[in-house]
Amino acid sequence: MMQVTVQVTVNDEPKRLPAGATVADLVATLALGPRRVAVEVNREIVTRATYAATVLHDGDTIEIIHFVGGG
Amino acid sequence: MALDDPFILAGKTYRSRLITGSGKYRSFEETRRATDAAGAEIVTVAVRRVNITDPGKENLLDHLPLDKFTILPNTAGCYTADDAVRTCRLAREAGVGTLVKLEVIGDEKTLFPDVTATIEAAKILVKDGFQVLPYVTDDPVACKKLEDIGCAAVMPLAAPIGSGLGIRNPYNLRIIIEQSHVPVIVDAGVGTASHAAEAMELGCDAILMNTAIAGAKDPILMAQAMRGAVEAGRWAFLAGRIPAKLYATASSPLDGLIR
Repeated sequence: MMQVTVQVTVNDEPKRLPAGATVADLVATLALGPRRVAVEVNREIVTRATYAATVLHDGDTIEIIHFVGGG
Repeated sequence: MALDDPFILAGKTYRSRLITGSGKYRSFEETRRATDAAGAEIVTVAVRRVNITDPGKENLLDHLPLDKFTILPNTAGCYTADDAVRTCRLAREAGVGTLVKLEVIGDEKTLFPDVTATIEAAKILVKDGFQVLPYVTDDPVACKKLEDIGCAAVMPLAAPIGSGLGIRNPYNLRIIIEQSHVPVIVDAGVGTASHAAEAMELGCDAILMNTAIAGAKDPILMAQAMRGAVEAGRWAFLAGRIPAKLYATASSPLDGLIR
């Protein structure tokens, strides 16, 4: 039977996504607006151009970063 | 000010020699007002996880637009070369360019850099096409190594980050300034305007500061003070100060005194 969802970890928090969800789908669900972010899946950077083609799998560990105040 | 004295960093020309941090402000609005008051054109930022449960409406870069400011991501909080390199690559992917402030911390209490790890990370980043500005101890040998690797500047500390102690070793800084063929940017330790002026009088090319401004009772006024101090110190350096000596030399003529 086809798996309906996948379980991933985003910035250390568990998240369940529909099977076949891509990085583009994930970013869209987070409603980050137009801010500049960068995404890593299992410690590999996913470039913006490949968000839509990068399908997430069960157990993937995702990091999403942005810029905050710092010195 | 008619003096033509541009600050050139990684091939780009700036008018301001004061680089400011964006940490510790009460709001994004205050960050922007202090940055403007400082006249800063280069602003450091940190790379952190997005809070995915509450990403927030506003973002720092909404207030520090890339068409107005050069954004300088740092690797603050990194204790290994690997983490620092990873952070820089993420920052580049987020689309603010290839200029990075490399800091690899070696000690939690002093926040002094781990110089060997900094050199290791700098090598990888330079090879990877980054323009690297390393935060480093006021050690001429370490600075020389970082310059030889191909760093775009060296950034010796004046004193521990956030300490406000001022320039603890002006003699080492003088040696670093004398030997360097890349800009020398004093990074960290400045507490008040006189420290900034002193660093510039020594011949530093620029100063990077955050806490001294953001932590002041009135950050906007302190930003203005730092701007003036950096300019005054720079002009005094260019003007060439008189030598210090023990005894007086009269300023008024000795001839023509009334009898």
